[in-house]
Amino acid sequence: MANADCIVIQGSNMAECHPVGFQWVSEAKARGAKIIHVDPRFTRTSAVADKHVPIRAGSDIALLGALINYVLTHDLWFHDYVMSYTNAATIINEDFEDTEDLGGIFSGYDVEKGAYDLSSWAYDDEDDGAGDGTDKHEQGDEEREEAGGDKFGSGGAPTGASEPRCDETLQDPRTVFQILKRHFSRYTPEKVEEVCGISAADFEYLARAVTENSGRERTTCFAYAVGWTHHTLGAQFIRTAAILQLLLGNVGRPGGGVMALRGHASIQGSTDIPTLFNLLPGYLPMPSVESDSLTEYLGTIGSKTQKGYWADADAYTVNLLKAWWGDAARDDNDWAYHYMPRINGPHGTYQTLMAMLEDKVDGYFLLGQNPAVGSSNGRMQRTAMSHLKWLVVRDLNMIESATWWKDGPEIESGELKTEDIQTEVFFMPAATHVEKSGSFTQTQRLVQWRHQAVSPPGDAQSELDFFYDLGRRLRTRLAESTDPRDRPLLDLTWDYPLTPEGEPDPESVLAEINGRFETGPDAGKPLSSYTQMKADGSTSGGCWIYTGIYADGVNHAADRVPGREQDEIASKWAWAWPANRRILYNRASADPQGKPWSERKKLVWWDEESGRWTGKDVPDFPVDKDPGARPDPELGGAASLHGDDPFIMQADGKGWLYAPKGLVDGPMPTHYEPQESPVANALYPQQQNPARVMFPRKDNLSAPSAGAPGSEVYPYVFTTYRLTEHHTAGGMSRWLPYLSELQPEAFCEISPELAEQQGLEPFGWATIISPRSAIEVKVLVTDRMTPLRVGGQTVHQIGLPYHWAVGKDAVVSGDAANDLLGITLDPNVQIQNFKTGSCDIRPGRRPRGAERIALIEEYQERAGLTVRTGNERITDPQRELNEDPKRPHGEGQSAGRSTARGAGTAVREREEDE
Amino acid sequence: MSRFSPLEWPVIRQLRTGDHTGRSSAVQSQRTREITPRTSSADRVVQSVCPYCAVGCGQKVYVKDERVVQIEGDPDSPISRGRLCPKGSASEQLVNSPGRQTQVLYRAPGAAEWQPLDRDTAIDMIADRFLEARRRGWQDTDEQGRPLRRTMGIASLGGATLDNEENYLIKKLFTAAGAVQIENQARI
Amino acid sequence: MTPTDRFADDSHWDHPHERRGFFTDTSICIGCKACEVACKEWNRNPADSDYELLGSSYDNTGGLGADTWRHVAFIEQSRDRIEQARESGRALVDLGMPRVGPPAASSSAEPASGGCGCSSGGGGCGSAATTGGASTAQDGDSPVLDTPDFRWLMSSDVCKHCTHAGCLDVCPTGALLRTEYGTVVVQEDICNGCGTCVAGCPFGVIERRDDGLVEPKTQRGAAPMPDTVKVPQDGIAQKCTLCYDRMKDDQTPACAQACPTTSIKYGERETMLESAQKRVAQLHEQGKTEARLYGANPKDGVGGTGSIFLLLDEPEVYGLPPDPRVPTADLPRMFKRAGMAMVGMLALGAVAFTAGDRS
Repeated sequence: MANADCIVIQGSNMAECHPVGFQWVSEAKARGAKIIHVDPRFTRTSAVADKHVPIRAGSDIALLGALINYVLTHDLWFHDYVMSYTNAATIINEDFEDTEDLGGIFSGYDVEKGAYDLSSWAYDDEDDGAGDGTDKHEQGDEEREEAGGDKFGSGGAPTGASEPRCDETLQDPRTVFQILKRHFSRYTPEKVEEVCGISAADFEYLARAVTENSGRERTTCFAYAVGWTHHTLGAQFIRTAAILQLLLGNVGRPGGGVMALRGHASIQGSTDIPTLFNLLPGYLPMPSVESDSLTEYLGTIGSKTQKGYWADADAYTVNLLKAWWGDAARDDNDWAYHYMPRINGPHGTYQTLMAMLEDKVDGYFLLGQNPAVGSSNGRMQRTAMSHLKWLVVRDLNMIESATWWKDGPEIESGELKTEDIQTEVFFMPAATHVEKSGSFTQTQRLVQWRHQAVSPPGDAQSELDFFYDLGRRLRTRLAESTDPRDRPLLDLTWDYPLTPEGEPDPESVLAEINGRFETGPDAGKPLSSYTQMKADGSTSGGCWIYTGIYADGVNHAADRVPGREQDEIASKWAWAWPANRRILYNRASADPQGKPWSERKKLVWWDEESGRWTGKDVPDFPVDKDPGARPDPELGGAASLHGDDPFIMQADGKGWLYAPKGLVDGPMPTHYEPQESPVANALYPQQQNPARVMFPRKDNLSAPSAGAPGSEVYPYVFTTYRLTEHHTAGGMSRWLPYLSELQPEAFCEISPELAEQQGLEPFGWATIISPRSAIEVKVLVTDRMTPLRVGGQTVHQIGLPYHWAVGKDAVVSGDAANDLLGITLDPNVQIQNFKTGSCDIRPGRRPRGAERIALIEEYQERAGLTVRTGNERITDPQRELNEDPKRPHGEGQSAGRSTARGAGTAVREREEDE
Repeated sequence: MSRFSPLEWPVIRQLRTGDHTGRSSAVQSQRTREITPRTSSADRVVQSVCPYCAVGCGQKVYVKDERVVQIEGDPDSPISRGRLCPKGSASEQLVNSPGRQTQVLYRAPGAAEWQPLDRDTAIDMIADRFLEARRRGWQDTDEQGRPLRRTMGIASLGGATLDNEENYLIKKLFTAAGAVQIENQARI
Repeated sequence: MTPTDRFADDSHWDHPHERRGFFTDTSICIGCKACEVACKEWNRNPADSDYELLGSSYDNTGGLGADTWRHVAFIEQSRDRIEQARESGRALVDLGMPRVGPPAASSSAEPASGGCGCSSGGGGCGSAATTGGASTAQDGDSPVLDTPDFRWLMSSDVCKHCTHAGCLDVCPTGALLRTEYGTVVVQEDICNGCGTCVAGCPFGVIERRDDGLVEPKTQRGAAPMPDTVKVPQDGIAQKCTLCYDRMKDDQTPACAQACPTTSIKYGERETMLESAQKRVAQLHEQGKTEARLYGANPKDGVGGTGSIFLLLDEPEVYGLPPDPRVPTADLPRMFKRAGMAMVGMLALGAVAFTAGDRS
């Protein structure tokens, strides 16, 4: 980021949430870079930016879409880059219909399922006969490929071929370029003003800053965090920025990119090596019920003939199975593929929550997580836990998720009674980061080792020790079992060497993750690259993208050559996956011929003499592939990549301006209003994302939107966020006096206008009521909050830091902001909308006891809320009946040919914590 | 220098050092003279990484008598160059906080309070309950007879604050046990 | 005799060091409060709070005191106020005070002069925006910036380690000490808690700790930390030591070490002064004429401070005295007057005597 010429921070409050990372922004600014902060609030980031642009929460696609339109209509896109490195020229099949044609919905929408059939979005495929929809059914059969790491766009184009049809003149109306141009044509500065509340002058400022600082000589960087992900459109927010950056040539180059600022020490690591329902290590998908054999499973990830490294998914999978089941994973038993459980839909944390409420889950482990405070709809979270038979909380402090049964808000309100709660609760103290060795993966994929400093006190122990021990005990109990369901546990490789303290050696686990040769002359030796992985059982490795971290038996995560003794890439400090590469897709930092786009922005380049890629970073490309190489597409995999295909994980080697697959709610981003919004969608008749995931329940009601009857009961928008002084749900900050004193009480931030309108006194109490809950907070009246003129009305936004909670053990406590939130999810990633909701605010403290519930219900009645409110998929029921918007016209093919199932199960690595 | 040397008498010191007004060297106490930073007197220094956000700032952990006495930024780190935010700067308190819970506690069904429990017993109890919940929630096949071989009786949430090695073992163990409802902060 | 002599009173050391100090550049402060926490953590100061909002933007520790030795102020300002600040900053320069050249321009100006002698606004000083000689053209050349509608100032305050330190001057016990680095520290083993120094500080920095806890409240009930200093601290005066202990081992003070954006810089005071002057010149060149220095003026009422600040408005806005004066500043003059009076009396007496004698 320090190399950027312009940095747009949007959907992130970087100075507050990543202060030390912000030093690089400060540095860029000192060198003359322009810093622009786009955010609903004027924050500490805005305070040190060159400009703050206030935006209505949840309207980012309208703004970014308008920037795309600006770039296209003013012909400001980076021609050489776009033509060579993106799929701009690729032709989309003729069944595709845009939101322009269908009133804000793409072709393939199935009203009953509330989901899209993705087949009509595919690349055109001559060989299959374009337009023959039937052939595309199989190719559209892709509910799960997205799960295979859509971060990489794994699996490639549905045609399975690596050379899709193109029109290099970009004139064909079915080229991605023309489709994109048409799609974003309605995203004008006028619409930005109407949707986002951003003036034409501010838009012009932003557009000029971004475009003037892009090209051969200059680069612009976008930084985002959960201000983009916590929406029903989160993945599409990021896509919009990615499209813009590809058009401007700002991907794979120094000072470019779309930077995800993640909020937890190893949230990146916990997606790479996931504790997530739909992923296995290295972004391999969890097996679905439809993949009965290893072959079928691999077929959902990609084909051997596609371009790029996903073509070797078979090797990655077999190595994982071999690492887990050792000798029990053999060629003749599909490498123990059948030991894996299967998923048959989303089993995300909110689906699990619903299952708990239905008494379907007996036991629950909370591992350093505080859902009673940090997850949406806290009341549902706590109530759900009271349905458990047992709960294990492993944490440093006595968090609210461990004590809701005695001092939670539902005890106070009388909804739950301690003596009636049958849940057994185990509090297991955890070890801190200095009381165990292990690695964290930070936000730029850098894996850093921590050395143990001291032993954990008292009963405290690491997760490694606890789960190793639990596994041992489970295996002992089952030792005599003949039940086939116990074989996977009994055959599991679970014999790690112990440290003198009797704990499993974390480095031995890292070695397993790295992988090793199982047979041959090097048997037992660590692998040094994932390209050494074979699908024949001769190698094993727990997470292919981490292979190399333990090369030569050296723990490279612990590499610690001081930064000042290295160049700016600092490749000898820790280890970045994959292959210690610091900037992904860095082949794009050179032109198609392999020369740097400019001296100023050089990173890697083709060295003619040695016939190799070289430069400051490890080239993210086959190191000896000539820029002019045009290999036989039949080779498949990395071998079939052209010399100018920088996006080596994409099936066509290109950056995707249009995503033919991988996203379940549209191949291009489209602005929809949030689940709850004070205004109607000014861009399309369709109000909300039609593919969003909803939970229409009485305990999860939604407010009406856009002036519908009852919407006046919840007239204000609230948005939740963090402060520098606290950490997420407070488990690591509200117990520390030094941090608690800095931000001791829950508060909201409101404009002087709203304060006057509602009679709210500075630093007095206010009660905020949403359709889910009512909380009390102190009032901070500030000019940093601005009422916005949107669509002819004034929209007041209320800022709500969410760190506090009701409990007795922490140094500071208060009502939890997330209690106000409902649960509606992004269909791509199953992440909840945290960032916008509808509410009312009034002076004074909230009622106590049962009267609190009465207040919430009184509002619900007044607004006439039912479980259907706000949960219509298609905005206009008439249109829904007429079939008009979603049926492809003219082709005689009915919408019923959909093969899409469910709302999709994709997850992307990018999404983040609260 | 002996504490009782007449040369150390204040008036003499004032005259001797030239500090006639008695505002610098002449009034320096022995304690002030011998003061050293605890970073220098630590038994060892261990390189670590901040446990809060995902920037991954380097930390130096100073240990004395097997206790952490100081945690500060590691200037060697090219990511953070020795700097820390308020949370990172408070991480010594995170480790040593007296409010920290270091004892296993158990709450029985219907009970109004915690009770202490031996850790070994607790893990045994959890192992028993794990197997029972796994059995009760077990699904061999779906309604179409396709294999599921999983349990829906056990769920887990957490991992974003844990180590890669820990997440690896957790996913490995749960997957082998057939538990699929495994989630963490990355989806929140 | 010693280098510190040039910059601070009362230094009498056999092995002197260059005077050390802070330069706090508030124009790049992000208000994260890492300095507050790092300071408390290093010095094991108690938390200083009733855990209630103070009603002052994001500031909930209020000000410097016995337990809080670094404090971040938050000030929200509207357009009018920004324009005023820009104007007042420009005016400081237009007064044509002694100045130091910006980086490339003039190297002939003497850095050792301590920069600006500006007395407008007392400790506030907007010097250094111009070169010597063809001076004031700079401000005429600076771009005219659009004034933003709003700004949020953040500034980390700390003990000033004055050149003429009031606390040190009035301390009757020798507990306060001018160190070999030119800084001012309290020796808690000497201090008897008389409190004279509290009144002696023109900045209201030094304060007595009233709870008498050497173990911070934050360590309630826990076993004492190794290395914890065992001295009674009931009522002992407390303030920033500029991390005297760390300094002795060539380590950076905790706050400056932590500061994510280098808003807090630490080093030899001369170097600090130089970079402060360069920075203020740079900001003026960019049209940010609101920038000015505080504590850089050796002719102010405390002889300049060891902790220099770059402010973006009048000192009062940040809660800093515009014209700090060491309470003993008048002593020499008083002594002189008293002496003159005595000489006069004597002379008069002598005259009277001789006159009388003659008469």
